Amino acid sequence: MQKSKAPRVWMSIAILSLIGVFFFPLWQITLDAAQFPEGLRMDIWINKISGSSKNIIQNVNILNHYIGMQYIEPDSIKELKYFPYVNIGLIVLGVLAFIINKKWSYLFWVILVAILGALGIYDFYLWLYDYGHNLDPMAPIKIPGMTYMPPLLGEKDLLNFYVTSYPAIGGILLGVATISGAFAFLSYKKPKRKYY
Amino acid sequence: MKTKFITPIAAISVSLFAMSCGQQASTEKVVTGNAAEKAYVAPGEHDEFYAFMSGGYSGQITAYGLPSGRLLKEIPVFSMYPENGYGYSEETKPMFNTSYGHVPWDDSHHIELSQTDGEFDGRWLFVNGNNTPRIARVDLSTFETVEILEIPDVAGLHCAPFITENSEYLVSGTRFSVPIPQKDVPIETYKENFSGLINYVSVDPEHGHMELAFQIEMPGFNYDLARNGKGKSHGWSFLTTYNSEQAHSLLEVNASQKDKDLMAIINWKKAEEYLAEGKFTERETSYYHNLMDEETGIVSSKEMKKTKILNPADCPDMVYFIPVPKSPHGCDVDPTGEYIVGNGKLSADMSVYSYTKIMKAIEEKNFDGEIDGIPVINYEAGLHGILEKPGLGPLHTEFDGRGNAYTTFFISSEVVKWDVETKEILDRQPTFYSPGHLVIPGGETKKPDGKYLVAMNKITKDRYLPTGPELAHSAQLFDISGEKMELILDFPTKGEPHYAQAISADKVKPNAVKFYDIAQNKHPYATLGERKSRVEREGNEVHVYMTAIRSHLAPDNIEGVKVGDKVYFHLTNLEQDWDVPHGFAVQGATNAELLVMPGQTRTLLWEPNRVGVFAFYCTDFCSALHQEMSGYVRVSPKDSDVELKWGLNEALRNNQEAANKFYEKQKQEREGLASSNK
Repeated sequence: MQKSKAPRVWMSIAILSLIGVFFFPLWQITLDAAQFPEGLRMDIWINKISGSSKNIIQNVNILNHYIGMQYIEPDSIKELKYFPYVNIGLIVLGVLAFIINKKWSYLFWVILVAILGALGIYDFYLWLYDYGHNLDPMAPIKIPGMTYMPPLLGEKDLLNFYVTSYPAIGGILLGVATISGAFAFLSYKKPKRKYY
Repeated sequence: MKTKFITPIAAISVSLFAMSCGQQASTEKVVTGNAAEKAYVAPGEHDEFYAFMSGGYSGQITAYGLPSGRLLKEIPVFSMYPENGYGYSEETKPMFNTSYGHVPWDDSHHIELSQTDGEFDGRWLFVNGNNTPRIARVDLSTFETVEILEIPDVAGLHCAPFITENSEYLVSGTRFSVPIPQKDVPIETYKENFSGLINYVSVDPEHGHMELAFQIEMPGFNYDLARNGKGKSHGWSFLTTYNSEQAHSLLEVNASQKDKDLMAIINWKKAEEYLAEGKFTERETSYYHNLMDEETGIVSSKEMKKTKILNPADCPDMVYFIPVPKSPHGCDVDPTGEYIVGNGKLSADMSVYSYTKIMKAIEEKNFDGEIDGIPVINYEAGLHGILEKPGLGPLHTEFDGRGNAYTTFFISSEVVKWDVETKEILDRQPTFYSPGHLVIPGGETKKPDGKYLVAMNKITKDRYLPTGPELAHSAQLFDISGEKMELILDFPTKGEPHYAQAISADKVKPNAVKFYDIAQNKHPYATLGERKSRVEREGNEVHVYMTAIRSHLAPDNIEGVKVGDKVYFHLTNLEQDWDVPHGFAVQGATNAELLVMPGQTRTLLWEPNRVGVFAFYCTDFCSALHQEMSGYVRVSPKDSDVELKWGLNEALRNNQEAANKFYEKQKQEREGLASSNK
């Protein structure tokens, strides 16, 4: 019986998705308030933070300083430096799995991606928690009991802002990569014609 | 002869009488149907057109939205403006330099928007200063005055700055003739000693910079208004004159004697040829050119000393005259470039000229003599026809692009719509009261947007709630999309708008600058980053390198300033977001405040004359903690040994350090980007 082409097709989709992560933001946090009709949007990429204007970080920092949130300094966030290498590593391993084309190689790869992805999201959560809770005691505006952690996934009122936080294209591609990897593994034993 | 000038005066008194009784009723009559709906622009929605109105004796320009009549901005041009420090800040002071010194006021009259191929292009706006002859340029991406050019040896630069169809020139004539060059002569030697200059100011197509290209020396008449040809008549200018009687006293009578005055017709392409051939005389004079540098925002002022004068007697086929009935005012060219309307303001009829017929008459030398070597074309030979008894006191005409002309009548207080080709009167609507200019969006271009018409009235009286003897002027908006003009809105205006021009918002809105990029700020006293804020002393000059960001000024405590010092506050607004200006005011300043836009640096001079501790603060309610945005400067006696010291509150220092680090990094990044882009 000829080997099924399906696992390799799925794996190709997974690898291309991971490459796509370099070209699209992973996560998007928007802040809406009446006096910002054009919206404040932060795009979190695998290696940088951008947004609705090139000065988005300065503008968010100015707003944040009133409530004592730390300055967001992309240069001091080391994840933005090494995550690209992790992604490159996953792509290389993905290509290896593709070449090996064995059930175990796909399983190994998909477990690795799932674990690293979960760790990445947890790390992001920790950053958000830290920004939202670790407040300057000298802040001009202090509201007892109030913290400012943006939602990891979802929407929330934070003082005058309505904050929305969802995965962006890059984040979705990461999901697609994981699922495609899983299908590569699952389709390995399937008969050829079903997936071809 | 006598009855001829009595008739209009009788008409004035009759119309004033008519005004006083029963105009209210006619207002009710003219406002019909869904007028409110037509002028309604919902909250948050934008108007379809920008209308730029001159301010007359305010010296400024106001921008309104049409059809709502919303006041959008007053743009300071020829008058100092303490509201934002224009003319008071060290950067903008030189904008007011003239050969007469610093002239802080003028009388702005005619708005001319830049054109490309006979249509508004939305890049710049030009306006004349009447009293101290000047032309200003406003950049329509920032709505700021960026250049002012003085025009030498003219008096009352009324006939200006009329633009050609590709913004090649701003044609600008003198209203009053004077001795050229100026000299001490008896006024009664007017006829021998006085003459007038028509100035051609060129516009650099890339940057808009103005330059006085040449002047044409003309007989000593009053040059009133002008328009340039378009399409087929491109290359020609048409200027009305009055006082061809050459009176120098009681002009209201003595300059109203002749049955006809003259329209000057200038072939400026021919003038360019003569200029290239060197047929000009160069003359020593003095005039100033003030230009704002785009990167620093600093105005530099340069004295110019030479002009080139062309004399029509030496340059045949360059200038012609054609008679126009009694004291014409407006001189307007229709969108096709074929018809030129000469509005004799004391005439019962209006003369419409044909460009083709004028050219034919010139070719056939159909002249009735000459004045100072300038041929006078036979009146009938150049005439397209006469609009008979359209109203009293015709002043100005604009066009709707559908073959119709609209003329204001000052004395009979109305706007009249008529067909240019057939000279048939189609409609007339009263205005309240006595309109001067009128404007249709694009109404002087090849392609008018014939949807609205605004009449700018000279008399207000009972139109609004009374405000004492001094009243705002009144503008009236008509919907002209139908057969009949419909009055849909009344709104008060600032100063005395003379002319206005209106342009589709789509041509201006996309270019509007939201803030200045701080990476492009090349001001020598800019403070790019809060950590660089400091105070330096050079003799008795103290330079404060100050920054503003929500919600503090840095430094906010300054000591070591002494009585008699000249303290320069150089304030840089570090914000990089839309609509976050910061202001600066310090007690004891005898000039004004500063209003500094994001990314900009502006300087205020403060000369403390007493000992004490003085507060300064941000004047723009910038943020929730705006009231906290303040500081102190300590002034010690002249001979004191208090050291120069500055800073921010100690307790905030740690946060500030973080902020500083951040801004420095941003700056370096931008510099890195800039250099890698090179």
